[in-house]
Amino acid sequence: MNPLTTGPQESPPGEAGEEFWELRLYVAGKTPKSLTAIANLRKICEDRLAGRYTVEVIDLLENPQLAAGEKILALPTLVRKLPEPVRKLIGDLSNAERVLVGLDIMPGTAKE
Amino acid sequence: MRQAKKAPETMPRALAKSPTGIQGLDEVTEGGLPTGRPTLVCGSAGCGKTLLAIEFLVRGAVEQNEPGVFVAFEETEEELTKNVASLGFDLNDLVARKKILLDHVHLERNEIQETGEYDLEGLFIRLGYAIDSIGAQRVVLDTIESLFAGLSNHSLLRSELRRLFRWLKDKGVTAIITGERGEGTLTRQGLEEYVSDCVILLDHRLAEQISTRRLRIIKYRGSTHGTNEYPFLIDENGISVMPVTSLGLDHPASMERISTGIPRLDAMLGGKGYYRGSSVLVSGTAGTGKTSVAAHFAEAACRRKERCLFFCFEESRSQILRNMRSIGMDLEPHVQSGLLEFVTARPTLHGLETHLALIQRAIREFKPGIVVMDPITNFLAVGTPSESKAMLMRLVDFLKSGRITALVTSLTESSHSLEQSEVGLSSLIDTWLLLRDLESNGERNRGLYIIKARGLAHSNQIREFVLTDHGAELVDVYLGPEGILTGSARVAQEAQDRRTQSERQQEIERKRLDLKRKRETMQAQIAVLQAELEAEEAYMQKLIAQEETRETGLLQDRAEMARSRKADPARATGAAAKKTAAPGRKPTTGKV
Repeated sequence: MNPLTTGPQESPPGEAGEEFWELRLYVAGKTPKSLTAIANLRKICEDRLAGRYTVEVIDLLENPQLAAGEKILALPTLVRKLPEPVRKLIGDLSNAERVLVGLDIMPGTAKE
Repeated sequence: MRQAKKAPETMPRALAKSPTGIQGLDEVTEGGLPTGRPTLVCGSAGCGKTLLAIEFLVRGAVEQNEPGVFVAFEETEEELTKNVASLGFDLNDLVARKKILLDHVHLERNEIQETGEYDLEGLFIRLGYAIDSIGAQRVVLDTIESLFAGLSNHSLLRSELRRLFRWLKDKGVTAIITGERGEGTLTRQGLEEYVSDCVILLDHRLAEQISTRRLRIIKYRGSTHGTNEYPFLIDENGISVMPVTSLGLDHPASMERISTGIPRLDAMLGGKGYYRGSSVLVSGTAGTGKTSVAAHFAEAACRRKERCLFFCFEESRSQILRNMRSIGMDLEPHVQSGLLEFVTARPTLHGLETHLALIQRAIREFKPGIVVMDPITNFLAVGTPSESKAMLMRLVDFLKSGRITALVTSLTESSHSLEQSEVGLSSLIDTWLLLRDLESNGERNRGLYIIKARGLAHSNQIREFVLTDHGAELVDVYLGPEGILTGSARVAQEAQDRRTQSERQQEIERKRLDLKRKRETMQAQIAVLQAELEAEEAYMQKLIAQEETRETGLLQDRAEMARSRKADPARATGAAAKKTAAPGRKPTTGKV
């Protein structure tokens, strides 16, 4: 639906006990910040959550009505829809440490 | 020529302004807020920023048909709707009719993880979408400084805000940005650096435990504006700003005269009473009858079917009604017919400015022909003398411009000079009546003077002011060798005078009787003498007649004798004539 909706859309590999991550990244157009954020997010997800996540990238320039619903203020904003509770991260995700803390991804879940 | 040199067609015209619809604010700003530009409204907590902003939107939507977007950073939509419902604004209805769009921006620092560079494009998009979806022409950002608490990158925020205000201008929306008052700056984050077209400062000050809200326009680029601090009110009708100092002295003077309600006082004021539209001051010490003079004036107005607004700052309505009944004046029917209305308030209830605002609003709503204020001196308890005077001056100006005849009473402390009205009002006042105690012979009586009456040939006499059971009356004082006498001394002196006078009259009467008696006595004597004289005369006549008869007889006898002696007739006649020449002597001697 969204041209920018990227990321591995692999179906969950069905590992028992493993949480599934549903992430949504809000950006505004293809600005350098947007692109940086998308690239950073992809890297982190691949590194840490391979096979257990979906990422939806939403361009608010195309769907401005979505901004109010999700209470978006700063861009880019990454919203962790799942697992609960919802968490929000703003910025271009270049500080990987903070992203992991923000998304509450345990260091142990890192891929060897 | 100047037009040609300057920009083409729109330049010479004044800056376009969007009316706020807020009572008084449009007068102060001379038309409203700058159209298409952001205006900063700043002030400390609880001073009414949010309310001013929301009223700007609501009135814009309702009165100007300009939809508006309200971006709330502090309150949620529900809270906001509830808060302004008490002021008579139905936000839900306006939202449903797409006249107003509320958007709450929630920002909690600990819920947000900053992971790198970001900007506020999300806010721009939301705002832009909101504006476009209802075609908004007005925008409020309340309070955008909350962003600084929620986000850590302040330098980025500053540049984003600068961009935001620029963007709002480009959008052509008239915006209000509210900001919290900071230490030494207008706003905590120095928003005034970015929003520099129009800055309005709201203030909420306490003086003597009484708060007064004030509004001041610090800056209005490209326009003139009122520069003073103006008091404003927040009540069930929203905000009202009171631009009262803008009044000039250009009210027309009326030649019409209206009765004071006391016939003798009318007579003292050149026969017809006060001028319409003039200001009357009744000053005096406690208990000299100021309120009664005021009530007479009010009652006379009501009888002429004029509307009268009676401000009482000391007594309640029923108290005044009762007290006036005791001097035979029933104001109740006028109250019931709606001609007379009482407004009672303790002066200490509000600040001076708030009072002024409330008084003006009451007058605007009731549209009275005359206004009575009893007493104005109580305002001194609220402010300093200079503040009170400024307030009263504005009040008098306001009344005069509305051609409203005002009667104000002023309580003079007995320690002060009587001719000094407490608040230095005298120069503002057209007619000044002074009621004073005249103390003598162990009693106090009331005296009334006219100290001044501009444009009226007024009496310079002092009158005794007597409160009777059929109203106030003016009585001439006794002016005698012992000076002015009033009260029982006057009554005693008048009785004394009457006594003296009746004594004098009795004396006159007595003298008159005396004279009459004397005259009668004399006349009686005259009559007796007259009678005596007449009697004498008659007797004499008789004697004379007898003598003459005797003489004639004698002559005849002689003639007989002569005839008998054949005497010479010539000698005989001559002798006879000689004998008759002195007849008077002979009888007398003959008689004696």
